[in-house]
Amino acid sequence: MNLDKLVFFFVMPMLSLAMFCAFFRLMRGPSLPDRVVALDLMATLVIGIVSVYSVVTGQSAYLDVAIILALIAFLGTVAFAYYIQRGGGR
Amino acid sequence: MSGILVALLMFIGTFFMFVASLGVVRMPDLFTRLSATTKASTLGASSLLIATAVHFNDYGIASRIVAIIAFIVITAPVAAHMLGRAAYISDVTLWEGTICDELRGRYDIEGRILKDPDRKDEGGRPIVVNGRRMRETPTKEA
Repeated sequence: MNLDKLVFFFVMPMLSLAMFCAFFRLMRGPSLPDRVVALDLMATLVIGIVSVYSVVTGQSAYLDVAIILALIAFLGTVAFAYYIQRGGGR
Repeated sequence: MSGILVALLMFIGTFFMFVASLGVVRMPDLFTRLSATTKASTLGASSLLIATAVHFNDYGIASRIVAIIAFIVITAPVAAHMLGRAAYISDVTLWEGTICDELRGRYDIEGRILKDPDRKDEGGRPIVVNGRRMRETPTKEA
């Protein structure tokens, strides 16, 4: 099918490249907030990958993973923000 | 017909996701990185999820996707604001090309109070911008 070609030859490679870029910043980031920004971006990228994968496989149950992941990413970012604000991670 | 729409939305979503990760690598500063990644990744994830909703063409899945998109759109700016505030308080260095830092010298880090050093009341004490008064013994000036 045509949509499968689009997904497997354009969408998934570009999203994987984007994940690699975010991982580069996660390893390289000079301070802790940079790493937290990269982690937040990686969680959003995984949400996109999960939704595209549910289109390809035809399984709509994967979208529940996206819901839970959006929730946990927000909680993680808020927890890291409190930690940085209290003076941790210097 | 809906296949073309799905392909177009996937193309747009992938493009914005890639732009967000490019910004997180290439931008010179934490705050510019935060700005680039939050807006672009919100738009990219929303486009990919709308493409999924159009592809499945089902009310249950579409309502689930509307819930995900609403959650992302509500929480992403809140998380970015909290993270930027925490980073500013913990003295993350700004880019050397920054031309405007309006919070410099106006934020009492110990008391978490916004103040304006230029405006004084009759007694010569600085007026607090958000309505609350600064403490009697002013802590260290930022």
